[in-house]
Amino acid sequence: MSAPFDLNDDSVIVVIGTGAGGGVLSNELAQRGISVVALEAGGRYLPEDYINDEWESFGQLAWLDRRTTSGDWRVAKDFSGLPAWIVKAVGGTTIHWAGASLRIQPHEWKAKTTYGPVQGANLLDWPVDAEEMAPWYEKAETKLGVTRTGGRAGLPGNNNYKVFEAGAKKLGYKEVHTGRMAINAADYDGRMSCQQTGFCFQGCKWGAKWSAAYTDIPRGEATGHLEVRDRAHVLQIEHDASGKVTGVVYADAEGKQHRQKARAVCVAGNSFESPRLLLNSASSLFPDGLANSSGQVGRNYMRHMTGSVYGVFDKPVKMWRGTTMAGIIQDEARHDPSRGFVGGYEMETLSLGLPFMAAFLDPGAWGREFTTALDSYENMAGMWLVGEDMPQETNRVTLNHDVKDQYGLPVPNVNFDDHPNDLAMRRHAYRQGAAIYDAVGATRTLPTPPYPSTHNLGTNRMSENPRDGVVNKWGRTHDIANLFVSDGSVFTTGASENPTLTIVALAIRQSDHIANAMAKGEL
Amino acid sequence: MSERLVKSALTRRALLNRSVALGAFVVGGRFIAAADAAWAMEVTHLQPQTMATLVQMARDIYPHDHVADQFYAAAVKSYDSEETAQIVEAGVAFLDAAARGKGFASYLDVPWERNRVDILRGMEESDFFQTIRGGLVTGLYNQKAVWPLFGYEGESYSKGGYIDRGFNDINWI
Repeated sequence: MSAPFDLNDDSVIVVIGTGAGGGVLSNELAQRGISVVALEAGGRYLPEDYINDEWESFGQLAWLDRRTTSGDWRVAKDFSGLPAWIVKAVGGTTIHWAGASLRIQPHEWKAKTTYGPVQGANLLDWPVDAEEMAPWYEKAETKLGVTRTGGRAGLPGNNNYKVFEAGAKKLGYKEVHTGRMAINAADYDGRMSCQQTGFCFQGCKWGAKWSAAYTDIPRGEATGHLEVRDRAHVLQIEHDASGKVTGVVYADAEGKQHRQKARAVCVAGNSFESPRLLLNSASSLFPDGLANSSGQVGRNYMRHMTGSVYGVFDKPVKMWRGTTMAGIIQDEARHDPSRGFVGGYEMETLSLGLPFMAAFLDPGAWGREFTTALDSYENMAGMWLVGEDMPQETNRVTLNHDVKDQYGLPVPNVNFDDHPNDLAMRRHAYRQGAAIYDAVGATRTLPTPPYPSTHNLGTNRMSENPRDGVVNKWGRTHDIANLFVSDGSVFTTGASENPTLTIVALAIRQSDHIANAMAKGEL
Repeated sequence: MSERLVKSALTRRALLNRSVALGAFVVGGRFIAAADAAWAMEVTHLQPQTMATLVQMARDIYPHDHVADQFYAAAVKSYDSEETAQIVEAGVAFLDAAARGKGFASYLDVPWERNRVDILRGMEESDFFQTIRGGLVTGLYNQKAVWPLFGYEGESYSKGGYIDRGFNDINWI
């Protein structure tokens, strides 16, 4: 059924990466009859392949190619070679994501206007806004089957949620519910409902959680217009003398190199690999890398202000039972500078199994302060804190020429320093998170440091003015008309919401733009 | 559980006749065992006393009073290899030297945990300590046999998840 395209077929659109951005874009283009070759660095894994064991699954799915880190963020110390916890597989990180599907709030599209000047922050308004995005969000919510949207019911709350909700209500929080989740509360779109199995991060074995791996990818292939080549790692994007891109060079599973020609190239390799590929594609015409006349490729890396709070109680909670991200408090997501910081944060339940709790609760810690916390594992409730972090030009992905990957190419170095606004927000969030559990009788609370990043944003930011960013409002690079970026790296600012829904909405919208440009003969 | 870490085939009497008490352990020619002979482990490349010290060190790094020694032993068993024997013997020798510096005969001779922890704190930045500690994070906590001791239930897919098995059964909130 899948269409095989010739390497020399320059009528195809090449999409690099098959996650929330690239996977959705590939299918949306194929549904419109446009020929697509999607190149995916990882292998193919479907629900029957997913492993409900944290470390074993990590070995199966995680992107473990070499990376380096610098800056004052704690991840650089605790996990120096693992700045991100993302997936290398067909479907990308949509296999691993928790499913939280929130729209960016209207004021967050205008961060610079709303927040005013923030020292050291490279704030900018997006070139799109809530009104323009509304119909695309609706399409994305319908695709993903997001609960509590479009008349769909919410999920039931698990034990972890019940503790969280009770504490939130005692504190007077109002916007508390089981979330808007791309996890079916009832059968939807050929996928069954959630069986409360846990292990959402390891891939949903029921297919109750939306993932491009078993929705958009096979549906795109079924049209006959999409060919997905897995274990195809793109090394370079090539261009002609006029500066238009002409195709890509990639290595297959055996390391053998191929050149796929293309009408246009869409880069969707997540916020480390996408800028890295543009930088690694430098040429005499583009000595600073492709689409980098602004100098912004790789800059403004955002990872969300994150942290977790675990509460220990005198009775069992068994937080691992059921949906990993089982509920949300949205009251703190507002912009209210009286709290001592701009922007806001969401609080979302989270649980880790015992093996990951040991690894992530307080990396490097040992002795009884640490082990007595784990002794109460069964009595723990947990939440994740996720808020808007400040874009900073010096938080950036660069090429580390001292360290080479398996193909001899420089690996990405990820430099990140927390902004004072991020630190103030984290302090506030830790305090509120602890207060929630204290309000329902916690005997101990544990403010847990950030995990390796799953929300990687901003390294090819979208901007109205080509001087300020890498891509325009359609994700089309300012410099090269047939080169697009189609993942979370286009985020102008981070907002406080989990980013996947916005990445999907932007990808659907971009497919419309590309189809229109092709129809007009512009591409 | 390592196939080489098994309930001892030796009778308790035979074991104790051939060994000497050392802290919570007994060590003999090529083995260490629990003082109550509940388990025993053969060593090939390390001295039995070195392995016993490693087991104690593992417990002192991640002390869980309800987790028996055999799980700590399983977590450090892999250091009994040709590749690691030399560096581990050297690390344990350093540990024993630090104990002697505080007036004890060896690390295993230090009776209170707080004094052993003081010794470990003094070498916290060393590669040896960090290797042992880092290895324990998975070596100890990723043993499926350890999970029930913490109440953790592991995978539930094979049982149909918790939809009908208590995902929301909390009764005290």
